[in-house]
Amino acid sequence: MQTTEERQRNPWLAKLHIDGPLLLGLITLGIVSLFVIYSAGGQDIGLVQRQAIRLGVSLGVLFVVAQISPQTWRTYAVPFYIVGVILLILVLFFGEMGKGAQRWLNIGVTRIQPSEILKLAVPMLLAWYCSRAQIPIRFWHVLAGITLAMIPTLLIARQPDLGTAILVASSGIFVLFLAGMSWRLVTVGGALGAASLPLFWFFLLREYQRQRVLTFLNPETDPLGSGYHIIQSKIAIGSGGLEGKGWLQGTQSQLEFLPERHTDFIFSVFAEEFGFFGVAALLILYGFIIFRGMLISMRAQSNFGRLLGGSITLTFFIYVLVNIGMVSGLLPVVGVPLPLISYGGTSMVTMMAGFGILMGIATHRRLVISQSG
Amino acid sequence: MNRKRVPIRNHQAEAALFSRRAFVSIGIVFVVFAILLANLYSLQVTSFAEFQTRSNSNRITVLPVAPNRGLIYDRNGVLLADNIPVYSLEISPLEVRNLAETLTRLQQLLDLPDAIITDFNTRLRQHRRFPNITFADDLSEEQVALFATHQHHFPGVTIEGRLQRFYPHRDLFTHALGYVGRINQQDVQRLREQERYANYAATRTIGKLGIERQYEMDLHGVVGYQTVEVNNRGRVVRTLDFTPPQPGTDIHLELDIGLQQIARDQLQNRRGAIVVLDANTGGVLALYSNPSYDPNLFVSGISTVDYRGLLNNPANPLINRATQGRYPPASTIKPHLGLLALHEGVITAETRIWDPGYFALEGVSRRFRDWRPHGHGWVTITKAIAESCNVFYYDVAHQLGIDRIATFMREFGFGEQTGIDIREENAAIMPDRGWKRARFNEPWYAGETLSVGIGQSFWTVTPLQLAYSTSILATKGERHTPRLLRAIGDRHDPEFVPPRALPPLSQVAPEHWATIHKGMEEVITSRQGTAWTAFRSAPYRAAGKTGTAQVVRLSDETNERPDIEDVEERFRDNATYVGYAPAESPEIVVALAIENVGGGGRNAAPVARAIMDYYFADPEQRQLKLLEIQQRRMNAND
Repeated sequence: MQTTEERQRNPWLAKLHIDGPLLLGLITLGIVSLFVIYSAGGQDIGLVQRQAIRLGVSLGVLFVVAQISPQTWRTYAVPFYIVGVILLILVLFFGEMGKGAQRWLNIGVTRIQPSEILKLAVPMLLAWYCSRAQIPIRFWHVLAGITLAMIPTLLIARQPDLGTAILVASSGIFVLFLAGMSWRLVTVGGALGAASLPLFWFFLLREYQRQRVLTFLNPETDPLGSGYHIIQSKIAIGSGGLEGKGWLQGTQSQLEFLPERHTDFIFSVFAEEFGFFGVAALLILYGFIIFRGMLISMRAQSNFGRLLGGSITLTFFIYVLVNIGMVSGLLPVVGVPLPLISYGGTSMVTMMAGFGILMGIATHRRLVISQSG
Repeated sequence: MNRKRVPIRNHQAEAALFSRRAFVSIGIVFVVFAILLANLYSLQVTSFAEFQTRSNSNRITVLPVAPNRGLIYDRNGVLLADNIPVYSLEISPLEVRNLAETLTRLQQLLDLPDAIITDFNTRLRQHRRFPNITFADDLSEEQVALFATHQHHFPGVTIEGRLQRFYPHRDLFTHALGYVGRINQQDVQRLREQERYANYAATRTIGKLGIERQYEMDLHGVVGYQTVEVNNRGRVVRTLDFTPPQPGTDIHLELDIGLQQIARDQLQNRRGAIVVLDANTGGVLALYSNPSYDPNLFVSGISTVDYRGLLNNPANPLINRATQGRYPPASTIKPHLGLLALHEGVITAETRIWDPGYFALEGVSRRFRDWRPHGHGWVTITKAIAESCNVFYYDVAHQLGIDRIATFMREFGFGEQTGIDIREENAAIMPDRGWKRARFNEPWYAGETLSVGIGQSFWTVTPLQLAYSTSILATKGERHTPRLLRAIGDRHDPEFVPPRALPPLSQVAPEHWATIHKGMEEVITSRQGTAWTAFRSAPYRAAGKTGTAQVVRLSDETNERPDIEDVEERFRDNATYVGYAPAESPEIVVALAIENVGGGGRNAAPVARAIMDYYFADPEQRQLKLLEIQQRRMNAND
């Protein structure tokens, strides 16, 4: 039903296990990223070069990962998860500090961030778990799935790295949702989640995180302290207007009123310089990538492929939502980058690896058919 | 086991379920993106104007620019208050990488005291949000040059230049000019109340005393504004608009630097004050109080050590003796009293009174003594003035009574502020029954009237009041409020300020004035006159009156309590003198008081002579004096 048209169009891309439209969307984002970083980084060409190198490396990772068939991932899902959790526990005891949190583990050759592994390991494990059972999954599957997702989530939240914890938890929950957990459970789970927020507040959040939430609720109370960032960000976005101030012309960013301009708050720079039109175009591009990801997942031949692909795609969406929601004042400040645009390497590699898996799911189809057929 | 379960499963149903869930997800994504976009629309389109304004107010800052303070000149055009460039070292903490290290290196490079680092850190804590904080003030030219050659090693550190008040003649004009000092909390409050604070946005100093305070509004000028684009650290990126400040107006004073210098030379290290007035306008030609102090100390904030030194100095340099020093007038008020006696008909010009050396008052056992032990014999009013006969005045005062004396003397400005154009003025005391009741809750005694008759008792005056009252005498009743201001505006085309005339003292008959004038001339022309020696062979006709005040009984009057060490000195009399010249048509009036030096004829009259000699000297001689002063100033300032 599916693939004739596509394989006809790009036979050599299919051989390379690359999904053309998805790659096009990702590369477009990467190019946009280079331009915005040049502006946000005070026109520092060095910054752009480093980001370009990262982009190249990430695309290399994507290409390599795309060659691996979903079946292989399914086989190694459990050990992958276990290794990831063990590394997280090691971080808890032997981790190195960075930016006020203990996230890094020195393994001699280089430093790694185990929480990044879990961004992929958790959806893989749950996709493996749910694909063993029959869809729609039962209540105990949901319970077990949530437990499996919460173990690394809590470990990451303790580091503390709230942004990654949210992403890891969402990736797990998306698998369960896509695997057909009953609507009743979705509703009850949502209610329970809301009810547990106070517990979360008192036992899990650090003081500075609580402060961030309070500031989010009313940024104007502390215009010179932590509310400053969000106020400046909203001013940057709002003053961009319909058409924007023009590339390199954003006063909020060029005159350094914006915090974290080339990392977490890069969307504000983009919105200031390119206006509502630019922002709408960017969201359409993100929407296109998400839609393409969901389409690939729907066309996947195994439940494992569907669930994993869907979760990776929707987690990508969560990145976009949390970041834009944060910088435009809809959500509290949580350190989540704007995917593929923010300056920085670690999460970009993970994300591209995720898209590599997605492309593998899209292009290893025949192999799957022949196996199960 | 896995393989066994697979065939049972309905793969199509499972795929369909996934697709349904996927579509729901896509729907949620769509809705969430719509919400994000709607929010962005509300920020960027609906509230665009508001955020644009806030963005502009972020980046655009209006920097006030201080106006240059108006200059102050004397009547010859000699500059008395100048503005000179000073340099300070400013640090922008946000742009300095290692602040502590930078501070130490700067301190070593410029050879600054260690305390400067602690002072800086204190200011840093107080002004955390200021872009620039002053590290060192008043840098020397060498320090500026030294820093300039090393500037590239100190990012975030800059030299800032500005104009600061400088008084080139140091302590010569302090009590008239006053000084400017750092704007303090009270100044801010006062400026706010008068809604003038905005004008001081860039100003560091304000007139604190004297002329600088009185004419603050003229001297200050109008603040200018520079509209600039700044970054988040407050550093100026570029200037968008500039409204230049309007400099303050220049002020020209009646003071004559030559007279002022003579006054100081005459007093040397004696405590006292001299006031010289223009007899016909009230213009203050000289106003000098000794000892004085250097007003430049106050401009950029006086050090605690210096200030304590001034406060604890037993000679009280901070007091303006010319306008705040309260001295018993002693015999200097005898002409005024004589005038009253003539006016009231108590005596005539021919009335003779026998002076045996003392005056006895009925019912009072104490004898009121004359300063000359065996008396002056037969005395008329002119002789009484010329020889300063006390007994004559005991008699006159007794006949007049305190009520008439006090009322008439107030017409001469005693017991009231003259209204000179500086705030530091004391009304002194013109005692009467009411005053004594209020002060001591006691009745007035007849003996006290006798003391008042020779300018003693509770009666105190300031040298300025003496000068003012003497100018009224000299001009036969014309009254002009003493004033330091002569003109304002550009040096080459100033606007002259007309004298402030008060209603004249017209009720006194002309012949009475003439009688008193004759007496005052005889002070100088009669061989028995108390200032005959001082004014011998003067090339002009002068008139005057000496005074010698006993200070022992009045120590409770004065706020100056001399040290125990110089008990001897504090028992010495105060010398006072009032006079005017030329006698036939008065031009200048001189009044002075010198503390604890002895008799007025010997100690005060020669000072007045020196001042008048200078005033009536040839223009060339005066020019020479001015040159000499300039030379002295240059040497002192080098």
